[in-house]
Amino acid sequence: MEHRIKEPFTKEKMKTLRAGDSVLLTGTIYTARDAAHKRMIESLQKGEDLPFAIEDSIIYYVGPTPAKDGMPIGSAGPTTSYRMDAYAPQLLDLGQAAMIGKGQRNEDVKEAVLRNGAVYFAAIGGAAALIAGSIKSAEVIAFDDLGAEAVRKLYVEDFLVTVVLDAAGGDLYEKGREEYLKSIGK
Amino acid sequence: MREIDVRIIENKVAELCIEANHFLGNDVKSCIKKMTSEEEWHVAGSILKSIEENISIAEEGVFPLCQDTGLACVFLEIGQDVHLVGGLLEDAVNEGVRRGYTDGYLRKSVVADPLRRVNTGDNTPAHIHIDIVAGDKVKITVAPKGFGSENMSRIAMLPPSAGENGVKDFVVETVENAGANPCPPVVVGVGIGGTFDKAALMAKKALLIPVDKENEDPYYADMEKELLERINALGIGPQGFGGKTTALAVNIIAAPTHIAGLPVAVNINCHVSRHKEAII
Repeated sequence: MEHRIKEPFTKEKMKTLRAGDSVLLTGTIYTARDAAHKRMIESLQKGEDLPFAIEDSIIYYVGPTPAKDGMPIGSAGPTTSYRMDAYAPQLLDLGQAAMIGKGQRNEDVKEAVLRNGAVYFAAIGGAAALIAGSIKSAEVIAFDDLGAEAVRKLYVEDFLVTVVLDAAGGDLYEKGREEYLKSIGK
Repeated sequence: MREIDVRIIENKVAELCIEANHFLGNDVKSCIKKMTSEEEWHVAGSILKSIEENISIAEEGVFPLCQDTGLACVFLEIGQDVHLVGGLLEDAVNEGVRRGYTDGYLRKSVVADPLRRVNTGDNTPAHIHIDIVAGDKVKITVAPKGFGSENMSRIAMLPPSAGENGVKDFVVETVENAGANPCPPVVVGVGIGGTFDKAALMAKKALLIPVDKENEDPYYADMEKELLERINALGIGPQGFGGKTTALAVNIIAAPTHIAGLPVAVNINCHVSRHKEAII
């Protein structure tokens, strides 16, 4: 199924999505990958605020290339998500609505997705130049010293993602492979 | 003896860093095109079309193919009749990488220490490998290596009794365990034999072989073909969403080894299988 979802990215909207659905996202999302996640969790441990409101937020696991003159951003495809597995459940429990990345997640993340009615999306890994076209603005809002790993606020229009883990327990990486193999009689 | 100024190497390395991050080799492009036409699973076909579109956008020169513009792996084949002048070779290569990644707006993805993890800010140092060969030329290959796929690579010191089947199972299992993580369709580089370190280097060098080139040794040519068939029967598909196209190619390099050993290394590359060469 295909969906068009605009901000606010509420859990109500996420709950209707199922593994394998294509979604075009329009609105504000935030970037964070390895180093930024580590710092955000350390902030929480110290009782400090996160760089953005986590409730109903979407975090995109990406470290873009530098923007050329007149461009909002450089190439910006997803990085592999499992490296954020150690941090993601805590953020999901605080109300984060969705994650965008690529690749399998561990059981802790799958349970946190179910428990919170959240969603895990995949963007097309290695299609970073194509994805850059749907990012209309980008601004570093925290951890500037981390360079590509800084937290950025992005405004995206019709950013194409695919639902991998849904709030009903669906997992596209299992389902997609099974359905394909079944289609060729295996 | 032919004198070559290392500044010529520096300039060439800088150019190749930018070129490799925008232009995929014709071998990889043709292979993706062919596999797109043969892919019958709808989702997989549409992912492959997006990948082809991405390649076209990157060729316009504004956006690199992937945001992970890689750790710069630089392979040098230096003719033994060459005398390098004008400075240190290693400094020249690193200066080339620094300029290429800065001037080319490529991502700086290197941390100075694996545990303390502070970014060096200019993507240096490069991973440099040098072979001394016959002649009076220098061949430079720049292969930016993304780490989504590097992280899914594996090495095993198998017992000789594991034999051909043990090696083949290890290769297929490595790709299966990697699943969606390394951005399939992948290119699989395999190093068999040598020592622990040599097997890994051969696996990396196998990624530099054109994907449409058949192994010169018919024994390994058959093995490459069989491995590709087995991997593409796994059903992982482009991006792991299911489908036939899990790998574009398997390339093997083998070398003599010890009577007690059977090292096998599998280096995985994503579909953005980048490398550019120049000869000075």
